[in-house]
Amino acid sequence: MSKAVLEKLQKRFGDAIESTHSDFGDDTAVVKAASWKAVCEALRRDPAFDFDLFVDLCGVDYPKRTPRMEVVLHLYSTTKRHRLRLKARVGDEDMDGAELDSVVSLWPGANWFEREVYDMSGVTFRGHPDLRRILMYPEFQGHPLRKDYPAQKTQPLVPYRTEEDAGLPLEKLAPFRDDEGMPYGRVHWANGHQDVVPHAPKDVPVGGHGAKNGNGGGAG
Amino acid sequence: MEPLDLELEEGELELPAEPMHLNMGPSHPAMHGTVRIVLELSGETIVKADVQIGYLHRGFEKMCERGTWAQVFPYADRLNYVSPMLNNVGYALAVEKLCGIVVPDRCQWYRMALGELARISDHLTCTGAMAMELGAFTPFLWFLKAREMIWDIMEEETGARLTHSFGRIGGVAKPPSDGFKDLCRGALPRILDLVEEGEKMLLKNRIFIDRLENVGIISGADALALSWTGPCLRASGVAYDIRKSHPYLKYDEVDFDVPVGGRGDNMDRFLVRLAEIRQSRRIVEQSLDRMADSGPVNVDDPRVMLPEKSEVYTTIEGTIQHFKLIMEGAKVPAGEVYSYTEGGNGELGFYLVSDGSGTPYRVRIRPPCFPITAGLSKLISGRMLSDIVPTFGSLNMIGGECDH
Repeated sequence: MSKAVLEKLQKRFGDAIESTHSDFGDDTAVVKAASWKAVCEALRRDPAFDFDLFVDLCGVDYPKRTPRMEVVLHLYSTTKRHRLRLKARVGDEDMDGAELDSVVSLWPGANWFEREVYDMSGVTFRGHPDLRRILMYPEFQGHPLRKDYPAQKTQPLVPYRTEEDAGLPLEKLAPFRDDEGMPYGRVHWANGHQDVVPHAPKDVPVGGHGAKNGNGGGAG
Repeated sequence: MEPLDLELEEGELELPAEPMHLNMGPSHPAMHGTVRIVLELSGETIVKADVQIGYLHRGFEKMCERGTWAQVFPYADRLNYVSPMLNNVGYALAVEKLCGIVVPDRCQWYRMALGELARISDHLTCTGAMAMELGAFTPFLWFLKAREMIWDIMEEETGARLTHSFGRIGGVAKPPSDGFKDLCRGALPRILDLVEEGEKMLLKNRIFIDRLENVGIISGADALALSWTGPCLRASGVAYDIRKSHPYLKYDEVDFDVPVGGRGDNMDRFLVRLAEIRQSRRIVEQSLDRMADSGPVNVDDPRVMLPEKSEVYTTIEGTIQHFKLIMEGAKVPAGEVYSYTEGGNGELGFYLVSDGSGTPYRVRIRPPCFPITAGLSKLISGRMLSDIVPTFGSLNMIGGECDH
């Protein structure tokens, strides 16, 4: 894929673009959260970009970074046939101030995707017409796709039976323990490295198999 | 309340005009058990529809952050339970993009043949179920009979009818069986015969046509703005097919057409799916012709591929390699990719973030029917209550995928 889109974007918005890269052939631009709507508007309306298909929106949590949550948007243009990944970073370590402008007015299809990011990661979208939970139920507490939300936590709408009723300790009723199903040697996010590598080191080959053998497995 | 003895012309009486609220689903047979629509009705006309999903939410993305990269394959199967092979291939391609692996030609043709068979079964299920929901039970049985033949092939190849877990990073679980080509070549004409018969029963049926034609219309521009992809978008006249626009595997080397509709109504969506079944047949046949009978299937890369069992039991290198791949998982280079393939319902995307360990840092799936289901309320607003059933059926909502 060409870098033409990224260059045009940088020329036009300059400081609002924090960084760009094209690792693995995916053009990526990180924009300042304040410029999110303005950049999106240009990408949608400007005939030079013409991104008419809102492909995907999701949140990726990096609890050790500030800002913590990365909102990742994928766009595609059916006329120009180019793709772009746009990212914005929001929220401090407690996810305060995790807000972005809604882009539903530009792409109506963004509606449910923004609701999903709100539900799963807890990012508020300003100006969204109907911001409420979509996959979880309204009574649900917290946002499950944050790294600090425990995977084994349950929030039943109807309370579990009591210990006497069940005849066995309550923790036996929970679906699984904290470390269950974890691969051996896996690093928990809380004890992990300071920053998860944001993008690939430059020597990782793109295409062409087997270029970097012996990385793990083989020699043991 | 007017006094009863008052003489009134009947026309002057005012009937209550408040809209009625009705819950449709989630346990309504036509809602596939996973979608609830809160309707605001004026008479039988839908004023407002609030589509609610999430009844089948299983925390797919959270689960993926707990296992190894290879352990995502069974989950990918269960996202779309009518064409699991397409999801397997889609996820495998995403991880391979991150690892910089290209699988051998034989495997690419094999994945294409299996994937297109899965696409046929996907479209058969959708069109058949849609007809059944409208009361036409016989074509449904015809289509399921055809689907059964595909599942027999899948069972022969993978050992499982539905949730195959057949994809591997760098290949597939096992090479094609000896009889694979004959099985497919024998079954395809019979499948297409059944499709034709079922189609004849439906397309000459006045009731069926009346309920589909000019119902649930959406223009190409509107469908695109709602992020629709796949057969539903193509039925509205936008010829966006990833197999043509951005070919992956060997799709640039096979001949096939992209059927598009005109009006974008239920009938177009129905016909586009049937036309795609015929195109998929062409792709399967060409893939079988081009697939070599021998040669390597899986990539020869010890970083991701498990060693042969004979090596595991006889050499220390093999044992350790096996141990590390199972216990720690294949180490996937750090970085992020978005990989997209044409799933049964449209663009199936995987956005993967790796921190360089054996466990995914984040797996994001872009389910094609999530935005399509979001567009449902637009399609049915202003229509009659009974139009929901064919319209919803024509969208092919798959609960596992839509609700993650």
